[in-house]
Amino acid sequence: MASFRGRSIVSIRDMSLEDLDMIVRTTEAVKGGKYSGFLRGKTVATLFFEPSTRTRLSFESAVCKGGGSVFGIADPAASSQSKGETFADSIRTVSGYCDVMVIRHPVEGAARMASELCSIPVINAGDGANQHPTQTFLDLFTIKEQLGRLSGLRVGMMGDLKYGRTVHSLTHALSMFGNELTFISPPTLKMPDHILAELQGTGLSFRTVDNLEDAAGAGLDILYVTRIQKERFGDPQEYGKVAGTYRIDRDTVRMLGEDIRIMHPLPRVDEIDEQVDATPNAIYFVQAHNGIPTRQALLGLVTGGIE
Amino acid sequence: MDRAYKVYSIENGTVIDHIPTPLALKVIRILGLENEGIMTIGIGFRSDKQPGGKDIVKVENRELSHDETNKIALIAPDATINIIKNGRVAEKRQIKLPEEVREIMSCPNPNCATNVLGASTHFLLEKGDRIIYRCRYCERATEVNADLLTSR
Repeated sequence: MASFRGRSIVSIRDMSLEDLDMIVRTTEAVKGGKYSGFLRGKTVATLFFEPSTRTRLSFESAVCKGGGSVFGIADPAASSQSKGETFADSIRTVSGYCDVMVIRHPVEGAARMASELCSIPVINAGDGANQHPTQTFLDLFTIKEQLGRLSGLRVGMMGDLKYGRTVHSLTHALSMFGNELTFISPPTLKMPDHILAELQGTGLSFRTVDNLEDAAGAGLDILYVTRIQKERFGDPQEYGKVAGTYRIDRDTVRMLGEDIRIMHPLPRVDEIDEQVDATPNAIYFVQAHNGIPTRQALLGLVTGGIE
Repeated sequence: MDRAYKVYSIENGTVIDHIPTPLALKVIRILGLENEGIMTIGIGFRSDKQPGGKDIVKVENRELSHDETNKIALIAPDATINIIKNGRVAEKRQIKLPEEVREIMSCPNPNCATNVLGASTHFLLEKGDRIIYRCRYCERATEVNADLLTSR
């Protein structure tokens, strides 16, 4: 069985199928109340060199629920880096103050670099456009919890597939479990070729379409919606046209199939109509709440509090 | 009759032949040999196999290791290596792409930790038909080209 004690969690690319399975099973057990006090006596530092309220609060909540202590920086202006200290020095120093370090940084590869600079586990809470592995773990756990399995599913991903690190990591993970993927996006925001080339290498079945109607016949089990950001478009009119097309309401849910589950990493703007929230199809708030047991499980595993 | 090569033969050392013109100096730089004794460099020889011409580098009194000569495959996959001892070819060596490349290649992603935070560059060879290296830090996949290769 894979051991996580002392291990840094930097990228989905470092994970084996067995690792992902272990994280999902541990999350299941944590949510079911099997473990308590597994972070007692442990101190976790949350270093957010880029603001992110949701992820930081969810990590801090996870530490408290596990009985541990947490401290950190929420605002890069408050760190010594604003005084000119190098990133490497900050990491080496803080690693002596805690048992685990959770780090978010706007530079891609910052968490990997941090993990190499110190001997305690580092958890990547997002490094630029690269990775956000704990989001993928909570997505996987939510899928397992809601659909009972992680393989043999038909999953659609819609929205900004070009820049969204969430959908890139999830695509990688779902391909490992053997699922059929449909990518729905405007041509300008389609899944990057290098990711499609990787998928081709796995022999997995996937297709790309540019509108929801074309995905309607696919019998999707899940539609993973992401936000299309205004700043990706030079022309506001073009943005308005695109954003209106990739929008989910009760009619589109009916068109896609009554049993479809709608996921979203949140925050949403208007890509999912609030009328959908009350339907059994909407699982995005459950998904967001699953961030807590997932991060509890991970912290427990890397500190050895959960074996 | 014209001599095929107008470069003197060496008694001991390493001959790197069939480098596409004009990459001889780049090869010397990625091997970090700029200050390592006597070298003979020939640039722009006619070659049936290389229509754009070929370069040749002769490194005297230094037998390059396999790790060193494999780096040459990054920009000159068809280069040939001969190890010379006492004026004779002691070894004809094949080169293959290194599994890992450290320090000599830069990452083209301007927001990579290697370009912003001072991490040393480290690339891993991807499986597949194309020659692609993935940055260990920002995880972008990159096709190798001579412009990304710097001094050791």
